[in-house]
Amino acid sequence: MVKRIVIGAHYGSRDWLVQRITAVIMIFYVLLLISVILISAPHDYVAWKKIFGNQWIRITSLLFFLSLCWHAWIGMRNILMDYVHKTSIRLTTQILIILSLLFYIVLFFETLWS
Amino acid sequence: MPKNRPRYLNLKEIKQPIPAIISILHRVSGVLLFFPGIPILLYSLEMFLGSLQGYTEIRFIFELPQIKFSLIALFWFFTHHLCAGIRHLALDLNYGLRLEYARNSSKMVLVVGFFITLFFGVMIW
Repeated sequence: MVKRIVIGAHYGSRDWLVQRITAVIMIFYVLLLISVILISAPHDYVAWKKIFGNQWIRITSLLFFLSLCWHAWIGMRNILMDYVHKTSIRLTTQILIILSLLFYIVLFFETLWS
Repeated sequence: MPKNRPRYLNLKEIKQPIPAIISILHRVSGVLLFFPGIPILLYSLEMFLGSLQGYTEIRFIFELPQIKFSLIALFWFFTHHLCAGIRHLALDLNYGLRLEYARNSSKMVLVVGFFITLFFGVMIW
């Protein structure tokens, strides 16, 4: 048997798995949201407001959005690692992506719970 | 390490196989969903749920032809990313690894993504 020596930061396989788990969560959420909208067929503001006023919809929506942000982070980081080789530019872009995703999460939370 | 290593790949000269095209479109659509996708999603959601005035306004904005085209484009990025992603999940589970299956499923991703987008476009128009 060949002894494989794994080098590096060891977050690769974890992130690979996280990206797939968050993808599956998002697929289920999209199917759920489509069914809810098809069943209740909202036609005005009050009806839409009522759908997203439901506590379960809010919780699953937040779970979806957190999955989306984590998924996006891993994807963007992978792309940057593949194509941007200058450390300073890559690091700056990565920090900007993290900050914007954190900002988005706060905005999303604020939109749903107000 | 020597700097003058030989390079065998010239991306401009080799013809990409269809799974490679699907793969790069998966990346491109992913980036576009991150930006401008997420900001547009958040903005629309805030307008949609924030107030009756915002709701009326965003409904009006979504009726504009150029906005509708952009929405359809964004929707295509989403469906392509979704379909190619499902294909990736299947490949991870060792389904469809044989070359001919991989090629066929790539074509399917393109076709399914196109038709779902077409359906969406007809629906919102």
